[in-house]
Amino acid sequence: MSTLRVAAALEAAATGRAAPVTTVRHVHLADRPLVLIPLSLAGEACAPLAAMVGTDRDAPVLLTVPNPKDRTDRFHFAARLAGHVLPYCETFATDTESYEYGRGKARELRERSTDAPQLIVPNRAGVGFLRLLGRSTRFRRTEGPYAVDPAVPRLGQWLSWFTDQNEFPTSSLCVGLTQMLTAHWATGQSPTEDAHLPALMGWIDPPPDTDGPTAARQAEDPSRFPPAGPTTDPVFDGMLTELYTAIGQASSERRRAAAIRQLEEQLRTQLLPTWRLMWRGLDLLEERSAGRSVASRWQTDRDRFTGFAAYVADGGLPQGRWEHASGAARRLARLEDAADRYASERAFDDPLVMAEYELTGEAVVGVVTVANPSRTVVSSSGRRLLRPSLTLTVPHSGRLRVGDEVRSPARTGQKAEVLAIRRTEEGPYEIDFELSGGMGRSQRPPPPPGTVPELGDEVCYTSLSVFTLPAALPDDASTPWTHGGPPQPHAPTDDDANEAWE
Amino acid sequence: MPPTSPQAPGSIRLDRLRGSMERQDYSARKITALTVNPGCERRAVLDAAGIDKSGLAARLGPTAPFGQSPFAITRQRAFEEQLKANGYAELITLLRAELEVPVAEAAVADLNTVGENAGWWPRAGETRRLLGAIAADHDARVILDHPVLTLNVAGTNAYLVPDAVSHRIGDHLYIVVIKSFAAVDGQADAGKVAEAAKQAAVYVLALRSVLSGIGVDPTLVAEKFLLVLPKDFANRPYGRLVDLRQQLDAVRHQLARLGRVEERAATLPPEATLDLSTDPRTGHPTVGTDELVHTVEALPHLYGPRCLDMCELSRYCRDAALRDGDPAHLGSVVRDSLPGLASTAAAYALARGELNPSAAQEEVAALLGDAVRLRTLRLAGGAA
Ligand code: SF4
Repeated sequence: MSTLRVAAALEAAATGRAAPVTTVRHVHLADRPLVLIPLSLAGEACAPLAAMVGTDRDAPVLLTVPNPKDRTDRFHFAARLAGHVLPYCETFATDTESYEYGRGKARELRERSTDAPQLIVPNRAGVGFLRLLGRSTRFRRTEGPYAVDPAVPRLGQWLSWFTDQNEFPTSSLCVGLTQMLTAHWATGQSPTEDAHLPALMGWIDPPPDTDGPTAARQAEDPSRFPPAGPTTDPVFDGMLTELYTAIGQASSERRRAAAIRQLEEQLRTQLLPTWRLMWRGLDLLEERSAGRSVASRWQTDRDRFTGFAAYVADGGLPQGRWEHASGAARRLARLEDAADRYASERAFDDPLVMAEYELTGEAVVGVVTVANPSRTVVSSSGRRLLRPSLTLTVPHSGRLRVGDEVRSPARTGQKAEVLAIRRTEEGPYEIDFELSGGMGRSQRPPPPPGTVPELGDEVCYTSLSVFTLPAALPDDASTPWTHGGPPQPHAPTDDDANEAWE
Repeated sequence: MPPTSPQAPGSIRLDRLRGSMERQDYSARKITALTVNPGCERRAVLDAAGIDKSGLAARLGPTAPFGQSPFAITRQRAFEEQLKANGYAELITLLRAELEVPVAEAAVADLNTVGENAGWWPRAGETRRLLGAIAADHDARVILDHPVLTLNVAGTNAYLVPDAVSHRIGDHLYIVVIKSFAAVDGQADAGKVAEAAKQAAVYVLALRSVLSGIGVDPTLVAEKFLLVLPKDFANRPYGRLVDLRQQLDAVRHQLARLGRVEERAATLPPEATLDLSTDPRTGHPTVGTDELVHTVEALPHLYGPRCLDMCELSRYCRDAALRDGDPAHLGSVVRDSLPGLASTAAAYALARGELNPSAAQEEVAALLGDAVRLRTLRLAGGAA
């Protein structure tokens, strides 16, 4: 945690209200996200209890399981959930755009969806539950004994894919709301407490007559603020047990239906507060304008979605139970790239995030006190090159050294080299930079207006590197299943589909 | 019938602290919870005195809910019953598969009761007798079901009951722990496995101490335990041997520290008591809430957000931490980044230049000051 975030937490604790740690939004918000709140049956590996799902905040759909111990009931639930998730995903597959991929000879025209689905779950634990639900459904057989609806294994493939994307900080395809909120606000409580959506929202958006700590405290009363799942409140479970017994022992169809209605009523009351909180949370994020790189990260997401949708449409096999070694290695490399990309893009997009690097000395901010926009130098080959220079007066020189290559968030296409660092008599530092690139095609002075900083401008320079795409992406034949097919496609075995049905 | 606990020859001071209430015994879970927050003397003393912490918490204010869902309880019971059905057939199969035991058959000694008696003493005695027999006979094939082990914890006798102890395999006895969280594709929740391992470590130490007590070499107990979980999404058992060396060190270390609990209790005023009983005639508490608070406050605590997951007093301690502005309530990361600062309010005032730092605080105050200044600038749109 950065000192900046610590300062924000102290501010939150002192003021009783969450403190923003970003000035822009670093996550893509879909126009039509699919909000999904899963509840699990306590004690079982992955037994769904209920879910609330939908793209319309005014029309949540409640799905329940009349007998959670019964596998037929569970997979029936999965089929109904699939009835919401699959058509939602399919709507994004039709509208496509073409784009050029690669350079030179390897250049080719590809298609990608103009938009992609976005799955919003309350928290990380919710994502984990969907991962297991994906695992438990993707190998189901659609014929023979214990056949399930064909939508069930498909749902499994999609859920496995969505939850896999959640591992990537750059991806907005499947996100836990508390993850997103804590990336944008610091509260006056601990990370443990922040994982509880009602408490977190209490700090960020307390009701008018109260403050963060009070709202967070009230949010701990499960009778007033049901947990956001997937784990349920034990007291609530106690009541459910009675209802399930009533359903199981109902003496007539009519009584059974009445008991099921009662169960649904209870579950609806349990889920609705979370449903409302989720949309409110999305509203709060929406209020921030998106950071500059958000769109390009979403473009990557759209690429990935296009690849996977095509794979599924072609009848692609379910993801294996275990990742083979080369796939795992590639995935690890991609995860590292994603973490680097996210960190640097966030800083370049957001001065408040960049301030973390100012504190560590990896960035300096100062005013241009000398500017020489028309400066030229003679290259070793004798050519005259436009190399403007400027001097920045900064309070600290940070960790910059002469010869370092730095960039400015305002002009990421322009390189700057540190020529000299001086300490002035009054205390601050003066740093001389030489600029190259980012001035259009003109090689003759003066550079086009606006392409280099001017006298009096406040400028930030950082040794943090602008993220460039990792050099060699594997070609199609060796890409992971997410884009088409692994080197050795996973061959499902009977063992995968074997599951006791007691 | 619940096991009745004989009056252990614990410290008089600790007994007085508990007053007329029945002693709450140590369980493996309680001991492992101590290792989660090893610096907290409050919890250590309360546990050593056998005080009902939920009851105490209820008297002090809002309580932390630690209920278990009836669904989870039913499932755990069903899974255990299944393993032990038909003369423990599934457990024996698992032992054979996981520990490569050549023998198909094993006898099981059910130690849940001895005769009709479910009390600690007879069960502990019978456990000792059987362990003696197993130690003497290299080919003994007896699995102990819910044996009662004793372990001296800070001067009191703790009775610990593992799910099972395996029969003798390759000159080792293994603790068996049965849990109902699943292992999906060979992987289970790491946090839950770690918790089970800590509990197993407590059992291993207890089993060794019992063996030492009857003159048997304690290394007979393996440093691994058999963790039995449901496999994937069904109820078929899945078992793995899990290494325990690290957990054994942690638990041993914590138990050694507990020795000082008596000294801590001795610093309380002699009349201090946390007796939670009520007067049978009036129904009023024998000891007033103010007095309870007074005594609890005299025991140094060390609140951290992890307390919320494991300690009955967590709401009470958190309130105090909040009131004092103890940086620990923001989590260990924030706390660790504020060395020498005892309160969040002071840290914030220092950061805003409203307070002069002491020499020791200068460095962190300067850093926080920069952070607050930059925050203000950048939030005001001082973009660069
Ligand atoms: S909640 Fe209080 S008594 Fe319990 S471990 Fe934490 S600090 Fe100690």
